[in-house]
Amino acid sequence: MSALDLSRWQFGMTTVYHFFFVPLTLGTVWFVAMFQTMWYFTGKEKYLKLTKFFGKLFLINFAMGVVTGIVQEFQFGMNWSEYSRFVGDVFGAPLAMEGLLAFFLESTFLGLWIFGWDRLPKRLHLATIWAAAVGTMLSAYFILAANAWMQHPVGYEIDPETGRAVLNDIGAVLFQNTAVIAFFHTMSASFLVTGAGIAALGAWFLMKNRQIDIFRPAAKAGAWVVLVSAVLVSVTGDIDSKIMMEQQPMKMAAAEGLYETTANAPFSVLTIGDIAGDTATPIIEIPGLLSFLSTGDFEGTVQGINDLQAQYEVTYGPGDYVPYVPVTYWSFRLMIGLGMIAALWALWSLWRYRGNRNPQRGRLFALVTPFIVLGPLLAMSFGWIFTEMGRQPWVVFGEQLTADGVSPLLTPTDVWISLIGFTVIYGVLAVIEVGLLLKYIKAGAPDEIIADPYADASDSEDKQLYFAY
Amino acid sequence: MDLVTVWFILIAVLWIGYFVLDGFDLGVGVLLPFIGKDDLRRRVMINTIGPVWDGNEVWLLVAGGATFAAFPLWYATMFSGFYLAFFLLLIGLILRGVAFEYRGKKDSVAWRANWDRAIFVGSVLPALLFGVAFGNVVGGTQIEPLPGMNPADAGSFNYTGSFFDLLNPFAIVMGLMTLTIFTTHGAMFLALKTSGEVREAARKVVMRLGLVAAVLAVVALLWAQAFSGRIAVTLPLVLLAAVLWLGGLIMTMRGRDGWAFFLSAGTITLAVASLFIGLFPNVMPSSVSDAFNLTVYNASSQEYTLTIMTWVAVIMTPLVLLYQGWTYWVFRKRISTSMIPPHPSAGRSDDRFADSAQ
Repeated sequence: MSALDLSRWQFGMTTVYHFFFVPLTLGTVWFVAMFQTMWYFTGKEKYLKLTKFFGKLFLINFAMGVVTGIVQEFQFGMNWSEYSRFVGDVFGAPLAMEGLLAFFLESTFLGLWIFGWDRLPKRLHLATIWAAAVGTMLSAYFILAANAWMQHPVGYEIDPETGRAVLNDIGAVLFQNTAVIAFFHTMSASFLVTGAGIAALGAWFLMKNRQIDIFRPAAKAGAWVVLVSAVLVSVTGDIDSKIMMEQQPMKMAAAEGLYETTANAPFSVLTIGDIAGDTATPIIEIPGLLSFLSTGDFEGTVQGINDLQAQYEVTYGPGDYVPYVPVTYWSFRLMIGLGMIAALWALWSLWRYRGNRNPQRGRLFALVTPFIVLGPLLAMSFGWIFTEMGRQPWVVFGEQLTADGVSPLLTPTDVWISLIGFTVIYGVLAVIEVGLLLKYIKAGAPDEIIADPYADASDSEDKQLYFAY
Repeated sequence: MDLVTVWFILIAVLWIGYFVLDGFDLGVGVLLPFIGKDDLRRRVMINTIGPVWDGNEVWLLVAGGATFAAFPLWYATMFSGFYLAFFLLLIGLILRGVAFEYRGKKDSVAWRANWDRAIFVGSVLPALLFGVAFGNVVGGTQIEPLPGMNPADAGSFNYTGSFFDLLNPFAIVMGLMTLTIFTTHGAMFLALKTSGEVREAARKVVMRLGLVAAVLAVVALLWAQAFSGRIAVTLPLVLLAAVLWLGGLIMTMRGRDGWAFFLSAGTITLAVASLFIGLFPNVMPSSVSDAFNLTVYNASSQEYTLTIMTWVAVIMTPLVLLYQGWTYWVFRKRISTSMIPPHPSAGRSDDRFADSAQ
């Protein structure tokens, strides 16, 4: 394999892996902050217990998000130096802003939150988790704006002397519709992922008849968050696909495996056969739906892959501008399918909890529930695999091919070493992380708790720390 | 002053911030097996840096991000050229970051011992590699245009040497300097933040390792003068740094831990400043030909980007310093072994009740 292919595998692997922790971080920090806020205002102990329980899971997850995130920032320069040279003037700005505005905020205030229970006044301690929550969200915004620029470059010109991109409108880069919609789509999906996780955990405790008073509110809150998020994800996804239709029609055509330009285009739910080879046989199709989704009109015309390829050859010169269709087609469907299954499950679980019911029986529900944690998480992964694979062969759409972005002197040996190294260490850490999560989930919420750990004047100098590593 | 010079200074400030701050928590990690004779002492050490290490490490991420934004060609050439070195650095940072959080999450001696090893390795690697990397940047590396590309455009400049070329004598001395300086700096931090046996042990380390670090630093920084573009400024800075360092050792001897730490932070500041001042206007000099030096002029972003980023940095950096400074104030108390609660056992009860129940 060439250094290019290996670098693509490495970037794909490390990014997908990193993005397992990201949505859980983005979502869980808000749940933890909400639980702590409810405790602050109601004084009810169950909310403090929920804060502690989910706070612990949050931190186990956050640590992985942090360390795998460093790898991402370094890889641009390490494996994709030609890309970095080409885009640095534009792409570097949101990245540096992410560090200055977001990373500092989340890391510093999270440190204060973890260790600050007995060092800060109650109200200030509550403020630290909210500051961290804002930090994580800002971080998501900047990185999504940077990614949106790769999908749809705006606010730049190409320096005629060097051939590199030069920023000329930061507002366009930060606030173009591609970035804004990606942010809302990603945030609502993150809440869906986290809501599903929390609802499934709650359901598990309820079925085990453990700590019902604590986990019933969590299970219900999680399920409601899933339902609301599912609606938001669908709405933002719909807007996103219409934007993509204008900006990256090839990606949408590849999502559908739509080779010929078609009016009243159907939405294909399932196909058999070789989707890459133009011989795909649709099994289930919904007439006109694709046209409606892409253009808002059932009779609308959707451009096919073959037409677009011909157009791109005129614009960009000879080349193959078609993404690998089986990946885009199936990842698009898995994204939608897995996400929607979670929403159905959430409805089902709310039905089970209606009134004051708390059914312990229900083998099918028990069987399905563990998968509900994974479903939306995988859906989100597939969403990103679709977004990134659907942009190929470009790394910056219309401006730089992925093949031209790789570091020119990187040898396959170099990348083999790092690829194997990252794979091994990520694999080991995954086992450890999941093990810890399961251990702390099974342990349940704390039974007893210091209701008010905060410092007071009577504290002696060498009082035991409330929390220590 | 032109914007590229402003950004050169800002990058230097970010690296100084990183080395002063993460420098001491890397040092604490290196000292873990030496001062942390038992689990309780190791926990005292880890908890001195627990609330702040992650915020400190962000200085590195911001230094990296700012280099990407302000000097993309520097970022691209350095990160791709030092590929395997940065890979090792990443492995270290991954191990370390996870270890702090996971170490106490399971009540098992073997579990903790493994994470202690991870902290040690994950601290030694970066503490050493940053010096090696800076040695190569300062001393110049084999940078030249790629064949077939326009040699007049700095975008064609790439590091063409190998991983082992990076392990040259000057770079290794620089690496040993950062390793020993950070470790001593970490010991001074421990002396300031702990009481009892850990503090005593840390003070001893300062007195012994501090002298070794001083010798290595003098050798490395005097050697660096050979590459300095303005000795008239950098040499006095190095001498002043040496004076501060000795002052720090004397303050440790007298039990003035705060002053000692402050002076070693000053030493690091001056030493890093001297390297950057000696480097300017180069950012990555070429050992092949001066024509292939990456400089603030040929490696930078354009004025528009630099202007925006200047505004962001000018507003945000003081704010960050303010709230990070406040964090250190919140966690100002010295920690001793008697203050460390027993290991929490998962979930059975709250962190602290678990202890009294056991």
